[in-house]
Amino acid sequence: MGFLKRYARNPAAVIGLLLVLAVIAMAVSASWIFPRDPLSLAGRPLQWPLDNPRFWLGTDNTGRDIAAQIFHGARTSLLIGLVATVVAIGIGIVIGAVAGYYGGWVDDLLMRITEAFQTLPNFLLLLVLVAVFGSNITFVTVAIGIVSWPPSARLTRAEFLTLRNREFVQACRVLGMRDRQIIFREILPNALPPIIVYASVIMAVAILLESALAFLNLSDPNIPSWGNLIGAGKGVLRVHWYVSAIPGLVILLTVLGVSLVGQGLNDALNPRLKGR
Amino acid sequence: MSLLAIEGLTVALPKGADRPHALESVSFSLKAGEILCVVGESGSGKSLTAGAVMGLLPDGVVATAGAIRYLGRDLLPLPAAEMRRLRGRDIGMVFQEPMTALNPLRSIGSQIAEMFRTHTRLSGREIDARVLALLEQVRIPDPAAAARAYPHELSGGQRQRAMIAMALALEPKLLICDEPTTALDVTTQAQILALIRDLQRRTGTAVLFITHDFGVVADIADRVAVMRRGILVEQGPAAEVLNNPQHPYTRALVAAVPPLTPPGRPSVTGAPFLEIDRVSKTYRKGGLLRRSRRVTHAVKEVSLSLPRGGTLGIVGESGSGKSTLARCILRLLDPETGEIRLDGQDRLALSKEALRREARRVQMVFQDPFASLNPRRRVGELVAQGPIIHGTPRAEAMERARELFSLVGLDPAALDRFPHEFSGGQRQRIGLARALALRPDVLVADEPVSALDVSVQAQVLKLLVQLREQLGLSMVFITHDLRVAAQLCDQLAVMRQGEVVEHGPAAAIFADPQHEYTRALMAAVPGKGWTPPVAFGSEEAA
Repeated sequence: MGFLKRYARNPAAVIGLLLVLAVIAMAVSASWIFPRDPLSLAGRPLQWPLDNPRFWLGTDNTGRDIAAQIFHGARTSLLIGLVATVVAIGIGIVIGAVAGYYGGWVDDLLMRITEAFQTLPNFLLLLVLVAVFGSNITFVTVAIGIVSWPPSARLTRAEFLTLRNREFVQACRVLGMRDRQIIFREILPNALPPIIVYASVIMAVAILLESALAFLNLSDPNIPSWGNLIGAGKGVLRVHWYVSAIPGLVILLTVLGVSLVGQGLNDALNPRLKGR
Repeated sequence: MSLLAIEGLTVALPKGADRPHALESVSFSLKAGEILCVVGESGSGKSLTAGAVMGLLPDGVVATAGAIRYLGRDLLPLPAAEMRRLRGRDIGMVFQEPMTALNPLRSIGSQIAEMFRTHTRLSGREIDARVLALLEQVRIPDPAAAARAYPHELSGGQRQRAMIAMALALEPKLLICDEPTTALDVTTQAQILALIRDLQRRTGTAVLFITHDFGVVADIADRVAVMRRGILVEQGPAAEVLNNPQHPYTRALVAAVPPLTPPGRPSVTGAPFLEIDRVSKTYRKGGLLRRSRRVTHAVKEVSLSLPRGGTLGIVGESGSGKSTLARCILRLLDPETGEIRLDGQDRLALSKEALRREARRVQMVFQDPFASLNPRRRVGELVAQGPIIHGTPRAEAMERARELFSLVGLDPAALDRFPHEFSGGQRQRIGLARALALRPDVLVADEPVSALDVSVQAQVLKLLVQLREQLGLSMVFITHDLRVAAQLCDQLAVMRQGEVVEHGPAAAIFADPQHEYTRALMAAVPGKGWTPPVAFGSEEAA
């Protein structure tokens, strides 16, 4: 496969992939390595990492095992990242494709709606949505998807605008093909590569948004998540900084991994742009 | 001593290219005051030759052997700074596409003045005077205004004139023209060729002229060098090479140039099958302010008709509305007024749903063999798509695609390949197979051969003629090339700015054009004074 070879030739992309695989491994193995509820009391609070062989990343200010929370939190972050990305890309593709293909007043209407979403800072909008509908984890995830779709809609629309006048699209119309089929089966596959690359950005941002919500104690408190752990550690930040720093570092590495994968995909999908 | 002597020049391509060398021991020379045409098809290495002389080879492409001697001095080992001093001052260059060769953000005058600012120490006022004189010399209307204009404000021909003015600014001894007229209309092309010829005579500049068009060669060349896949196969005086080509490849290229006289096929007559009745289409450019609104009459009150089995050629230059008219027939565009009747039924009155059912009766072949096939579908699927949409079972449609592949001269075993695995000519055959898959009554072809190399163009034209006879197709053939139209069409309509200025039997129009514009078009056909010595399509390159 030319694609895999091209991807593997890029060391940064391979490092990114390894980081993402490591996070996936953490998420998968969490129940075996830490079978107990990660939110239950495990020992004396605020033990430094490596002090106690039972808690190699230490405990937080309520005596919960940090390592267990990191592993279980990986599940939350990945799940939120994936689902929110699917929601955002799904909405974005449909709106962008319809706007780009039909143009005219349909385009005007849909783009004004997109702009309305885009002019609101997305974190503020997220706060409003969570404040109104509550901070259940399902809803938080969907809300993150809802605030993240506008850029992907614009990207899809831009791709469609250049593709819809290509002769192969005209050829499909000449054959008598239906619009729906032209949009989703003929044009969309050609428009997809940049959108897939952009999905990695959305995923990274989604993980950050959830952490930010949790930091403000607005995410679901009954779910172990990295953001919740950072939020818990902020009270003891000056002395026991590791409580916030460890999940912070994990978030940094995960987001870095996801973006490197996205960049690697971009280079592998557009080999001609590389080296510029 | 010759001005430019290329001796055994070999240029290597990077690993993984289709061949190891872009140029293989190419040798030719150019004397002062001479025009040498380098002719070849795409991939022949003709543009790379020009690039090598200018020291402008793409990344990863390097000259590995030979020498490029300019006034006896080898240019290949020269350091970049030395080369920069030569470029522009001693060697000028005119590129194919003046729109991309000019900086869109700076006025024409300041771009020409840059030549003087870089290479001379003239004062600002003196430079301005020189710029005006140059623009006058290349016969741009209103030179003072042109100097202030930005590239997008000029027409294509004027832009190319400005490029030539820039290239000639410092009176270089050598001018390299890389397909300078390919992006231009025929009438503009004729003017630019005359200009280059005229300036060359007056200044004694030597011209290295890269082209793919034997007609242009016939108009301008003193000597000709023919290239094929990086090898120079034949060179000699223009009259010699054009009228008595020796190498089989040159003979094949000359045989691929369609003569300007129709082959004398009996004209098809009968009741009109496709009727275009007073069709108008205007484009409106929106904008909230009235000032910025613009209305373009792309097609104005056009009425034409075509008998069953006939071929109607629509010729015209860019902006004449010929492609818009084709798209109206297909209903890819909806004209404001008029009727387009097929077998008595008005296609413009059809609803979207009815049009979809009727789609099979009129099919289209597109211009661009690269953009007209969806790169993500296998070619078999592309051809079978039409019948499948209209309810043919998949297996049967694929079987039909197989038959069509052999009909258009492709290997049926190639059905499950992707479009990028085919050459331009083969892709055009795939496009043709796709159009024929629905067994159309009328085939609309929009410049189907203009993006192809001459030899491939001749093959596709032959195929079209053969299919027309075999399937009894009626055809609407859009082209800018009168030579192509002469070979294929029995009815001809000449369009200019949205209007049909002349129409009638092709033979009659070619023999005795009535309208002055038709006459101007005919006069502008490159190489009209030259009759190819080898009969059209009689010899093909191996």
